[in-house]
This record gives sequence, C-alpha cells and structure tokens, in this order.
Amino acid sequence: MSDEHRTPVSLKGLPANDPHLQPAARNPELVERVISVCFILGALFVAGFGACYWINAQPWKLGATLGGGLLFLGIGVVAWGKYLMPRGPFVEERHTLANSEADRQAFAAAIVERGADVVQRRKLLGGLLGGGMGIFGIVALFPLLRSLGPLPKTTLDHTDWRSGSYVVDQSGHRVQVGDYAIGSIATVFPEGTQNTDRGQAVDQTVLIRVSNEGFTTMKGRETWAPHGYVAYSKVCTHLGCPVGLYEQELQLLVCPCHQSMFNVTNGAVPQFGPAPRPLPQLPLYVDSAGYLRSQSDYREAVGPGFWERS
Amino acid sequence: MSDVINTKRAKKQALGPYGRIGQSLDELDDRLGLARGGRTFMDKIFPDHWSFMLGEIALYSFVILLVTGVFLTLYFVPSSAVVIYHGAYKPLDGQKMTQAFESTVNLSFAVRGGLLMRQMHHWACDIFVGAIVIHMARVFFTGAFRKPRELNWIVGSTLLILAILNGFLGYSLPDDLVSGTGIRIAYSIILSIPLVGTYLAFFLFGGNFPGTAIIPRFFILHCLILPLAIIGLVSAHLFLLVRQKHTQFPGSGRTEKNVVGSPMYPVFIAKTTGFLFIVGGITALLGAFAQVNPIWQFGPYDASRISYAVQPDWYMGFLDGALRIWPSWSFHSFGHNIPFEVLIPAVILPGLIFNLVFVWPLFERKFTKDNEIHHLLDRPSDRPKRTAAGVAVLTLLGMLFIASSTDVLAKFFDLSLNTVLVAMRYLTVIVPILAFPITYRICHEIQALHGGGRRKTPNVVTRSSEGEYSATPSPRYVDDVPSHLEPTPVPDYVHAEPDESDESGVRVVDR
Repeated sequence: MSDEHRTPVSLKGLPANDPHLQPAARNPELVERVISVCFILGALFVAGFGACYWINAQPWKLGATLGGGLLFLGIGVVAWGKYLMPRGPFVEERHTLANSEADRQAFAAAIVERGADVVQRRKLLGGLLGGGMGIFGIVALFPLLRSLGPLPKTTLDHTDWRSGSYVVDQSGHRVQVGDYAIGSIATVFPEGTQNTDRGQAVDQTVLIRVSNEGFTTMKGRETWAPHGYVAYSKVCTHLGCPVGLYEQELQLLVCPCHQSMFNVTNGAVPQFGPAPRPLPQLPLYVDSAGYLRSQSDYREAVGPGFWERS
Repeated sequence: MSDVINTKRAKKQALGPYGRIGQSLDELDDRLGLARGGRTFMDKIFPDHWSFMLGEIALYSFVILLVTGVFLTLYFVPSSAVVIYHGAYKPLDGQKMTQAFESTVNLSFAVRGGLLMRQMHHWACDIFVGAIVIHMARVFFTGAFRKPRELNWIVGSTLLILAILNGFLGYSLPDDLVSGTGIRIAYSIILSIPLVGTYLAFFLFGGNFPGTAIIPRFFILHCLILPLAIIGLVSAHLFLLVRQKHTQFPGSGRTEKNVVGSPMYPVFIAKTTGFLFIVGGITALLGAFAQVNPIWQFGPYDASRISYAVQPDWYMGFLDGALRIWPSWSFHSFGHNIPFEVLIPAVILPGLIFNLVFVWPLFERKFTKDNEIHHLLDRPSDRPKRTAAGVAVLTLLGMLFIASSTDVLAKFFDLSLNTVLVAMRYLTVIVPILAFPITYRICHEIQALHGGGRRKTPNVVTRSSEGEYSATPSPRYVDDVPSHLEPTPVPDYVHAEPDESDESGVRVVDR
C-alpha cells in the first residue's frame, strides 16, 4: 500500500440548511406531487404498452403508449433533478492539462532520441522493413481491385441493343408499326432484357410516336425514325434517372429528379436544367413483317458522364 | 438475548459507516483503485445552460438508433434475390421484388411492433443528424472549438459526415423505388470523379449499375462498419469532453480556471437520464403519428420506373439542390469527359464546405493570432466576423436545401419551372453574400445595446408631475429567491444538524 493511502482524507461538508443544498423549487411539496402524477401516468402508459403489444394492437397505439410512458417518466425525472435536488451552484477547479516543462522534455527526448538511436544504427533493417511494408500496402490493394468488382473496360459504352433487335414493351410484346397512335409513349427494351436488372437500368428506351411518316430529328438521322417512331435512351444524361415524364404539347421529355428537359422533335437536345448532353437516339427500322427493330446499338454511351467517355 | 443484540451491533459496526454499499466499494477499490477517480467523477460539474443539451439530443437519438436498429436487423434480409410477393399487404400481391424490399414490407406489416420500430429508426436518424448540426452551430457561434478543443471539433465534424453517410446507406437498404433512384444518383456521382470514377463505382457496386452486390454491401457498411466508427468517435468525443472539462458562459463566479454548474451525481444523472426518456418518448410519438418513408406506396425498385417529386431525406437536400441549380457545364475534349455539372455541385462543393469546417479553428487562430487557451464562451454578437461567416455558410446550405424543391415550389406558387430555377440560381449566390454584412451589422447593434440579451430585472416606471417618465429597478420582494449564490465545491456529506460552531465541517477519516 502506498503512503498516500495512509494520509487522512478530508471530507468536504456543508450544513443541511446551506442555501446551496436547498431545492430550486419555491414549493417543493407541490412539485413532488406533480412528479408523482408524472410517474404514475408513466407507469400506466408503459403498462398499456405491454397490453397493446400483448393483444397485437395497431402500431399507432403501441407508439402512443410507449411514447407517452417514456415522456411522462422522463419529464418526472428531469423535474426531480431540476427542482428537488440541491440547486447549487457548485464549482470545480479546472487544472491545466499541460505538464511541466521537465516532463515534456523527458517525453520528447524519449521518443526522438530513442527512435533516432535505433534507426540510425540499423539503417539497413529500417529500409528493409519499410520496403516490405510498402509491398504489403500495394499487395493489400489487390483484393480491392480484383475481387470487389470487374474492371470497367468498355462496359459503359454499350447496351444490349444490337443490329436487328426487336423492340419489345415491358411485358415482352414485340412492337408493330400499327400499335401506337400519335402522341403515345412507351418504355421499350431489346427483346429478352425487359425483365432483367441490366435491361431496365441500361437498355431502357422511350419510344414516342410523333407523326405518321418518317421523322428527322437531326441532320444525319433521316432514316432513324420510321413511321414517326422516335426512340431515345431513357437514362438521363445528368445523373441516370429514368426520363419518365412526357409533356406532349411542348414535345418535351422531363426528368423528374432534377427537371432536365429534352426536346423530342429536335434530337432530345436539353432545353432546360442541368443535363449536359442530348439523350442518345436509337436508330430504328421497320422490317418486312411490320415489326420495329433497331438498326444498331446506340452510337454513343448512354447515361451520365464519366472520364473515359469520348 | 443480549448476545444476539451484541452480535447484530457488532456486525453492523464491522460493516463500517457506509454499510454494505461502502464495503462493496472497498472491495472494488482493492482491485481496481476506483475510489479517488470515482469521487472526482461523481463531483464532475456540468454547466447549466440549455444549449449544452443539444449534444445530448444527438447522443440519445443515436442510442435509439442502435436499439431500434438491432430490432430491424433481426427481420431484414439484405439480399437482391428476386421473389414474388405474397404477403400481408394485398396491393403488392404478385409483384416481383427483391428480398430486401419484401422483408422490409414484411417487418412493417407482419412483425409485431415492426412498423413502429422502423418509423422510430427513421425519425431518430433525422433527429440525430439535425441535433448534430444544431449542436455544431452552438459550438461554432460560441467559439467552443477554440484551443484546446480543436481536436474535438474535428472528431465532431467527422461524426456529422459519418451520420449523413450512414443515413443515406440505411435509407437505401429497403430497395424501394425512391431509394433505388437515390442509389442510381450516388452511382452517377461516383462516376463523375475524373480518372478513377468508373473504377470506384465498379468496385463499390461490383460492376455496372445496379448489379446484385450493392444491398448486402450497404448492409455491412450500414450495420457494422459505420456504426463501429461512429461508436468509436462518439467515445473519443466524450473522453475528450471529460478530459478537457466543459466550457461555460461567462458569469458571476465563473472564470477560466473553474467550472460552475451541477454535479454529475445526483443532479446531472437525473436530468440526463430523464432527457434520454424524453427523446425516446418523442421519437416513439413521431413513429406512432407521423408516417415516414411508406415504401409500400412507392413500390419495389425498377430502374426504368420513377415517381414524381422525388426527394431524399432532409440532410441530403443541400446536395440535391446543388445538383438541380448547377448549370450544365460539361468538359469534352481529348477523348475524355469531365462532368463538371455533377462533379462541382456533388463532390467539390461539399468537399469545400466540410474542409472549411475542419480547418476553421486553425484558420481563425491564424487570423486572430489568438493562441490562448479558452474555456469561457463568446457571445456570438461579440465576434461579429465569425458569426457573420457562420450565418453566411448556413444560409448557403439553407438556400441549396430550398433549391431541392424547385418543382414543388413551382407547383405551389404556380410559376414556371424555368423562373424558379433561374431565381434560385441567383438567390443562392446573392442571399449568403448579403447575409454576411447584415449579420455583421446586427451583431454590432446588439453589442451597443446595454445589457442586451441578459435577463432583465423588472423596472418600475414612474411619471413625475411634470410628465417626465423615469425607470427604476423594482425593489426585491420578500419571497424572491436570492438570484445568485457564490458557487461552492460539491460537499461529500451533509451535517445532520445545522452547523452552529465556527469550525468548518472537516471529518478526518483514517483509512
């Protein structure tokens, strides 16, 4: 046992009538009664919570009884602490955290000198250890690169639309020329992907019939919209939300996430909002049986921007 | 007979003056040496000011998050496997969905108390982040981050980032239509980072969006890794708080060398425990009466579907707003694309704001050349430049938050979306810039007010026979509680009888 345990400990005392020890409330009896009521109500509510749980009552009853119980108990305990306990104020000394100059010197010396001593005498070992740890650091990145996911390569540049893909709607029905009236809109996919995650996320395309004859949205796209069927990628070029709203009077496609608007009749050029690029257009043709099919994949990457996009 | 009495008395005496509890404490001290530190801890003083309660709200909503979160993990299935729903909620019957969505609907409708727990969890998260922000504002405006507390400011700011991140991850787990869109946007934001963006996105999501890896990965992050980090940092936050002791507002008897307030035991313990119950109670009432995130109305996620007026939780609002109003500046050249329209509002802007928050204590020290240790807090009006800067940044965030509802505003005020967007672009720049000088001016005006902000004593206004008015402080009434006492150290014991002798009550105990 060390010596300090033998030294007498002085206890600080205050007389019972010291004003610091009096409750903060002017009328402690009244406060005590109010707190008792809170505790009784709290206990009743909590018991009610148990009962509601037992009979499998509706969620709002569970929440109301649990919340009411906790609230009453909590208000009671806080009031007890605030109004009935010694009101103080009490004080505590604040000691400086900094140690004496000698202690600091000793600490710094221990770290700097001891370390320098060891390293300076064994430079080779230090270098080898450093090299080994460095290699480990690089090697430890491997699982991150190879196991967490595949390399991007050109995945983002392509969709599943191919030359001759049948255009199908969400239920897999092949779209024929006569299927839609002017002003109609549908979400379509290359046949076979309409029920896959990738199809819904990457291949999704809006098909809009804007007229009865072939329609040219832009120079160089004269054959892309046979019988007035225009198809654009449904993946917004801003952040990839599905461009799901069609304003027929103004011929605008609107993205509900950040309100980018794309002009349907003019190559889906963004007219408004934060989207930087037009929605890529899918070149279509109508085969001899009257089915809508794609001439090829999109001519550029769909969706939002990324570093490798050319 | 007398033998028995003697034995009892002897037993009691052998237990010492503090009975069985005292003896147990002795046993504990023999092994752990707790007595001295324990007494200091019981005497630890907590300053009485309402604004110190804000951090407690954050702490207790985190406790509620942990409790309700453990409940939810028992029933949630973190899987992207596709199932056909045949459960209690008939409108979704026969729909294709992931197990994550199915189990969330099931735990809401088929598990007793499940819906309440889910709603409490969501509300507690909203309260958690909100309380952190308000607590930070208090710390900032009163200068509580100054030396020696810079490190704790950084720990706290990191906690805010982790809280926002974990809130987003948790919001994403049910795989409903709205949260799935949120994940899609997050994926695109990661893609926008030059050079490494595609790699980061592919490694995080295990391939191109959506893939099947993201729900289980978010689950591990949301339920294990980030909570561990948050618990660790909260512990560090509290350890630093105890080690460095509380700050306090200046006032009678309060100096740089003391702390005035209520002791840990019993006053603070009572108040804070009660407050834990109150926070829990309010969260439960919100969970009961305020519906939040009704995912069964949104339906399961399908990347080609979307609903109108898509909005994230409130703490992501500033990001969404920035993305909405930033112009469509995109860089295309040399075979590469830098999507500035996403990179600046969603990566660089929050990066700048959080870095500004992190370095502010150092910045202010450089600027004011004030290298002293501070334990007494500033009144915000006494530091007009700091206050104005803080208000300007908060105003900027507030404007971005408002900008996240451009479509709702346009509908509500019956304006064109274009008008609202252009107006928000200008206002988001102008209002924060105006906020600085206005706040600065208001601070100076408040400084000039004599005794401004302090509690007033009642005045008696009298009119003289000449019609002149004058105000004099009212006399003290007999039943007025004396307004303040000199603070005293926490006593270890109280005399049973009022002390009448001059001797101070010092008991000498031989141990």
